[in-house]
Amino acid sequence: MSLLTVEKLNVRFATPDGEVHAVKDLGFDLAKGETLGIVGESGSGKSQSVLSLLGLLADNGRAAGTARFENRDLLALAESELREIRGSRISMIFQDPMTSLNPYLTIADQMTQVVREHETVTRQAARERCIEMLEAVRIPEAEARFNRYPHELSGGMRQRVMIASSLLLNPEILIADEPTTALDVTVQAQILDLMRDLNDRYGTAIILITHDLGVVAGLCERVLVMHEGELKERGEVRDIFYRPQHDYTRRLLDAVPRLDEERVEKLAAGAGSGVVPEAGEALLTVDDLKVQFGIPGDGLFAGTRQLRAVDGVSLSLAAGETLGVVGESGCGKSTLARAIVKLVPKSAGRVCLLGREMDALDRETLGEMRRSLQIIFQDPLASLNPRMTVGDIVSEPLWTHRPELDKGSVRQLVTEVLERVGIGGHQLNRYPHEFSGGQCQRIGIARALVLKPRIIICDEPVSALDVSIQAQIVDLLMDLQSDFGLALVFIAHDLAVVRHISHRVMVMYLGTIMEVASREDLYERPAHPYTRALISAVPIPDPDLERSRERELLSGDLPSPLDPPSGCRFRTRCRYAIDRCAAETPKLELLDSTLVACHRADDLRRG
Amino acid sequence: MLRYTVRRLLGAIPTLLILIALAFFMIRAAPGGPFDAERALLPEIEQNLRAVYHLDEPLYLQFLRYLGGLLQGDFGPSFQYRDFTVTELIMAGFPVSLRIGGLAMLLALAVGVTVGSIAALRQNTRIDYSVMSVSMTGISIPNFVMAPMLVLVFAVYLGWLPAGGLGDGSFANLVLPVISLALPQIAYISRLTRGSMIEVLRSNFIRTARAQGLPERKILLRHALKPALLPVVSYLGPATAAVITGSVVIEQIFSIPGLGRFFVQGALNRDYTLVMGVVVFYGTLIVVFNLLVDLAYAWLDPKVKYA
Amino acid sequence: MSADLAETAVPESSSGRSLWVDAWRTLRRNRAAVVSAIVIAVMAVLVAIGPFLSPYAYDFTDWSNLSTGPNLATGHVFGTDTLGRDLFVRTLIGGRISLMVGIVATFVSLVIGISYGATAGYFGGRIDHIMMRIVDILYAMPFMFFVILLMVLFGRNIVLIFVAIGAINWLDMARIVRGQTLTLKHREFVEAAEAQGVATFAIIRRHIVPNLLGVVAVYVTLTIPQVILVESFLSFLGLGVQEPMTSWGALVKDGSEEMESAAWMLIFPAVFLATTLFCFNFVGDGLRDALDPKDRS
Ligand code: SF4
Repeated sequence: MSLLTVEKLNVRFATPDGEVHAVKDLGFDLAKGETLGIVGESGSGKSQSVLSLLGLLADNGRAAGTARFENRDLLALAESELREIRGSRISMIFQDPMTSLNPYLTIADQMTQVVREHETVTRQAARERCIEMLEAVRIPEAEARFNRYPHELSGGMRQRVMIASSLLLNPEILIADEPTTALDVTVQAQILDLMRDLNDRYGTAIILITHDLGVVAGLCERVLVMHEGELKERGEVRDIFYRPQHDYTRRLLDAVPRLDEERVEKLAAGAGSGVVPEAGEALLTVDDLKVQFGIPGDGLFAGTRQLRAVDGVSLSLAAGETLGVVGESGCGKSTLARAIVKLVPKSAGRVCLLGREMDALDRETLGEMRRSLQIIFQDPLASLNPRMTVGDIVSEPLWTHRPELDKGSVRQLVTEVLERVGIGGHQLNRYPHEFSGGQCQRIGIARALVLKPRIIICDEPVSALDVSIQAQIVDLLMDLQSDFGLALVFIAHDLAVVRHISHRVMVMYLGTIMEVASREDLYERPAHPYTRALISAVPIPDPDLERSRERELLSGDLPSPLDPPSGCRFRTRCRYAIDRCAAETPKLELLDSTLVACHRADDLRRG
Repeated sequence: MLRYTVRRLLGAIPTLLILIALAFFMIRAAPGGPFDAERALLPEIEQNLRAVYHLDEPLYLQFLRYLGGLLQGDFGPSFQYRDFTVTELIMAGFPVSLRIGGLAMLLALAVGVTVGSIAALRQNTRIDYSVMSVSMTGISIPNFVMAPMLVLVFAVYLGWLPAGGLGDGSFANLVLPVISLALPQIAYISRLTRGSMIEVLRSNFIRTARAQGLPERKILLRHALKPALLPVVSYLGPATAAVITGSVVIEQIFSIPGLGRFFVQGALNRDYTLVMGVVVFYGTLIVVFNLLVDLAYAWLDPKVKYA
Repeated sequence: MSADLAETAVPESSSGRSLWVDAWRTLRRNRAAVVSAIVIAVMAVLVAIGPFLSPYAYDFTDWSNLSTGPNLATGHVFGTDTLGRDLFVRTLIGGRISLMVGIVATFVSLVIGISYGATAGYFGGRIDHIMMRIVDILYAMPFMFFVILLMVLFGRNIVLIFVAIGAINWLDMARIVRGQTLTLKHREFVEAAEAQGVATFAIIRRHIVPNLLGVVAVYVTLTIPQVILVESFLSFLGLGVQEPMTSWGALVKDGSEEMESAAWMLIFPAVFLATTLFCFNFVGDGLRDALDPKDRS
């Protein structure tokens, strides 16, 4: 018998611009102890559909239909009846553990009040149950952490706390709304592992809402695919992945870049040349670059502490080459990008562009050099001035660097470049907020492209976008690269995307380089323990493979960059660490054709 | 915490010094002098008076002398109220202003936060609109209009309350001045509370609390109130300092012997020491209340820590 | 490229909707704000041309009608004051002064506040620290003290009243502008311009200022009533404009002295003053809602 049966669920929102029909005639059921995945891109209605079940829609939202749970219709229940179910029978965890816990209350306050709201137990009993649950979600030193405030815990730890509080009353159903999206891959792997384990142990049914097909492949038994409010397909997980019926599902699967496949030339259909360029003269070389930020210390006489965001990074980039830079948040990859284009001052090191050192240049030449080095940013909308038209935004580099051009030729150049990235010339007079995220990123690319640069630094250019849009932008960048012989520095936390686009890949951890290798070497023969852990943490959108492969789960969290470990910075989380690792910092050394910074890289490779 | 407090108070010394210097030289730059009103003064007598008050010395000496006095807690004698020292005048006026102003702020805080929270909870309903319109009226009607109106209605027409004077300081005498002072503050505080409360209620952790099955009342009191109060606390610091140092208007309309009138009279009569006294007093209060605000922040917000 | 996964296309049309156009639409839907704006406009027209339509001059004493209530027959529609002057004309003349103070003084505070705040915010670091420290010190000064002092310094010249009030009222504006500038400076589109090597001045002109305008517009509409309030407060204390010239504050003061015998002397100017302040506040609120990017998605 099914635990939850949803029929003809419709969710509508009243907005000033008219009604938005967010979920259309959705129906599904959930059995006891089952894991159900709901997959979709943004705007697919996947979150709204479950929020409506618990009566948690925003004020302007209305739900219609039926949702039978234990012989009651959730959608018809009064608020007070629903409240009894929420948190005790059906509980929910959310995407952002950072903001989903109340920053003003201790973990203890927030957890015990859930227990005491639904059951009459003593404070002491509630407390014990909470600590027990914290231990069950593998929080070390649970008792001490229990009295902490959320901001004193790491992101992964906070999501564990969220999970613990949602399981306190042993609910029938746990709804997890993008529970790992805000987390780093290594932490995501830990959380997914935990959820799998809890599902086994307590028999809690899980509804997992996600945009990430890899996550679904590893965790769910059945899957719903949603698109624009409609259910496109539902079925067993293996059917969905190996025998997708609906066109949309198929395209979605194709759009996902994968770690386990040969580099496909195009994510979306089409062809291009993916030949690794001849190692020519380096366009850009970075030599022992360091960036430090002063963080004011606390305490009366404490001076400022130095945060070494980038601590001695060297790299070189040839024409037509793509260098991928990966690492978890806080590894300094974005700071590196900003330091190269001089958005943040470097504290040591050299940056040479086209064979000339940038610091040695006078203003004018520097300005000229800047034309050949451009950057695109992570948040497409935020990187466009909301008060300027798209035409003006793309024209600005020309105004700055080619003041000799008259209006007509500026307009012509801008139209050409916009059309090249897929924005029609007639949209020149529109404003950024009238475009979608993907289109905004195209405009950002056009702005970088209009000066015909040699190098573009891409700082997480696709991580704010949906999978299918991601694929289009990546394809566009690869096209542009082969058309104009662009060199790219492609910074991302998503290893699969990086694998797809890069010729060489650099792995960073806490401001330093761990490994640099060609794409093939890095993904097939990772030399550094950190690289291996990263790769094994990335979920693969293939249920059989994902469930059968062996993982090297990383334990623990990223240490504070203010106070990095001595010796090898990775040693606190490295399973191969030896005494020498704490005493001596490993140098970046050549092992076969790979540059790696690990004392044991050699014996690890030999097995 | 203690260390932080001490450090902050030490840090306020230069601020106060600059403040004192600014006020000192500005008031002296104003045309006219403290004895202008007494036209009949013979030149010799005026000369004598100036000597007694050291007004014949060079300005910088006067300034140093004044600072020296301040260090010993001496604000000097008043020029206008010849028989009193400035300290005595302040100590006479402040308790009155403090009582009325303090009551007004307490009232404003209680009513403002309650009304603002209700409006936020019932956002875009009729309750919300009416609360906000009323509070807008509170902001838009200046207290020198509101106070006489209140007097007209409650004292003159209805005869329920005395029209003015402190009388024996009984409750009835305090009602109208306190309400007149509190009304604009209620308006500000309720608008502030409503705004921040709406924002807090939209935040993710409130959604979490709802998803955990907590009832609205507990969500409001336990989860939302604290963060929603933060902006109110910031506002409260300087506002309290201003309100408890008295309001000229209220004092004039209700004939209350508070501190507020000294700000105006002192400046108009070039009563140098009196002006300086109230300015220093006010400045110190501002510094103290800003410190209190920051300490309150540390208490309300666990992320804020003062070592 | 897969067609079905293509992004939602923008409707075809060649002219864009700027944020101002969007804001204007939102504002027009806000009935309170629209009505208030109309009332302000009517009020402005009234005080500008109203006095010419009245048979009485603002300083003319009608000896046969000393302190009489509203009376259509005599043409004193709002009544007269104790000196027999027509209250209708005086209210309108007073409105001229009050509105002018509001606009001129706000302009002064706008100019000082924006340049001060934008400078501090854009340059940041030490400069910012020192400049904001100065603002803090000025905040610790009793506002009244400043006003009165400037009043006596400048000897009650009406223009100087405007300037003085504006010169004191810029602190809030400076703080707000500084805060906005600071956030804007770290927005990605400003970084993008910096990375491109766009000159500092062009960045300020093209990227910072246009994005400040929304906040400033809101703040201006909220400063005008504040300033009017200060002026009327000064007039109430007898420090503002000089007889026989008048302002709403001065009229309210006269009225409050006579309210037991001649309530109309208080009520008419008070209603005019309060209505104007009320409307400005409503427009300001409406503007804030319309320009607040948080509510836009
Ligand atoms: S140097 Fe040591 S700690 Fe660092 S990665 Fe290698 S084995 Fe691990």
